[in-house]
Amino acid sequence: MNFELLLQLIINGLIVGLLYGVVGMCFVLVYKSTQIVNFAQGEFLLVGAWVCWAFLIYMELPFVVGFLLTLCFMAVFGVLLQMIVLRPMIGEPIISVIMVTIGLSIFFQSLTKWIFGVSPQSYPKVFDTQSVSVFGLNIELAYLMSTIIALCIMVGFFFFFKYSKHGLAMRATAFDQQVAQSLGISVKQVFAMSWGIAATVSATAGVVIGMVNGVSDSLSSIGIKVFPAVILGGLDSIVGAIVGGVIIGVLENVAEFFDSQYLHIGNMYDIAPFYVLLVILWFKPYGLFGTRDIERI
Amino acid sequence: MTQAAQIQQAAPVLSINNIEVVYDDVIQVLRGVSIEVPKGKIVTLLGPNGAGKSTTLKAISGLLKTENGDVTRGDISFMGQQIDRKNADEIVRSGVFQVMEGRRIVEDMTVIENLKLGAYTRSDNQINQDIEMVFSYFPRLKERTGLAGYLSGGEQQMLAIGRALMARPKMICLDEPSMGLSPLLVKEVFGIIDKINKEQGITMLLVEQNANYALKAADYGYIMESGKIVLDGTSEQLLSNEDVKEFYLGGGNDKRKSFKNLKSYKRRKRWL
Repeated sequence: MNFELLLQLIINGLIVGLLYGVVGMCFVLVYKSTQIVNFAQGEFLLVGAWVCWAFLIYMELPFVVGFLLTLCFMAVFGVLLQMIVLRPMIGEPIISVIMVTIGLSIFFQSLTKWIFGVSPQSYPKVFDTQSVSVFGLNIELAYLMSTIIALCIMVGFFFFFKYSKHGLAMRATAFDQQVAQSLGISVKQVFAMSWGIAATVSATAGVVIGMVNGVSDSLSSIGIKVFPAVILGGLDSIVGAIVGGVIIGVLENVAEFFDSQYLHIGNMYDIAPFYVLLVILWFKPYGLFGTRDIERI
Repeated sequence: MTQAAQIQQAAPVLSINNIEVVYDDVIQVLRGVSIEVPKGKIVTLLGPNGAGKSTTLKAISGLLKTENGDVTRGDISFMGQQIDRKNADEIVRSGVFQVMEGRRIVEDMTVIENLKLGAYTRSDNQINQDIEMVFSYFPRLKERTGLAGYLSGGEQQMLAIGRALMARPKMICLDEPSMGLSPLLVKEVFGIIDKINKEQGITMLLVEQNANYALKAADYGYIMESGKIVLDGTSEQLLSNEDVKEFYLGGGNDKRKSFKNLKSYKRRKRWL
């Protein structure tokens, strides 16, 4: 057995898993505060990555400037999307809202294809060296950066929800909207803010992944990968999203390893997370950290 | 001048003027309710289940809209401003804070986090001082460091009142603060309500089922029945009113308990 390859794949899995965790957190954030299952989550990554690419290539801005501008753009983008498209849907049946997010997903995929074309593009070189060696393992510098960014975002989320006034307001809204309103919290504002944060943070992940793999349509498939992660962790748990993301990240890489070495079934990388998802839902329908609703009959 | 006239004469901070409330466009709950709350006083609103007491409070605080209810006639004004068309968060900002029935604290947050939430509408930097102020009223909350969901019912009620204080409101609407509490705790909670009213000068509108305690704490009272005010007066007047004594305080004149007294019997049927 090729242990070195396995170890390398596990580390890759951890790194990618942390990014899934970050995107999963955004998904959970939107779900918790607005009760919307956002099928257009992956498109936040896609739009963010393309916008950043446009800033860097067309406007030839330095990476840091372009990246920060992208974040500002995405914050406004998320807030406007909520205000224009989703606010009128408040109080409508859940299936209508889901259809709207699926529609948004298709719309933005097509829009980015129309504007930027279908072929993958790569960012200009940000780092001089491609990879560094950590404990004898080759790790791409961009991946190292992505890990640091992901960890920073997670710590940022923790402090935001624990200590900031708006973070507390979002938690109160997630707990009970009527209670939040009785405290003077504008639920509309909280909804808009949660979409703004989700769009911004997801775009960060999109840019980071884009730096490694190039910007292409496949970024939006991260949005689909996040499903097993958040369902595994429990739809309404931020910690669950991180743990779920890391588990899925490692799992798909390990599955790929065994498949390529022994099984030769093919495509395990994409499929394995969903098999695991099925098994987990069978035994723990609320996920690892999800809250179980108590229903009295 | 009688005491009733004195209380009525003080300029009301809150005046509800002949409001009607309809839920889901069809169910009429309030049929012309008028209430005045004078500044710095405690006013209580009593009545049986389903009379519309909570609905009245929600009409004031704007929470009616979250339950598909609507004020279809009349108006509510607070300190000269009409508030019945405003959203709940704007009403909190103008100084009216409702402590909802059943406490409704955020269970998955700590005591301190709940108190900080109460101060959401404020932007000054005296929040920590006010947390200490709340702890001076409710010393036992200070020792509770776990999640608020694990507090006892009485402590949750105290936290709910403390959270209201954090907003520095001009008026607090309390919906059944005695609900589900032991008699000893009810006494303690009412004692604190009275203390807060005297020390902070916060006007209170108190909805209660426990008429005895409520009238003892309040300056003025209204009695509601199926969406209307049927009786009002100072708490002394209400406490000595024969009907109130018989239907609310348990007791009253033995002579009146005769079935021959048809008027009283009918009244009793309506009230209970």
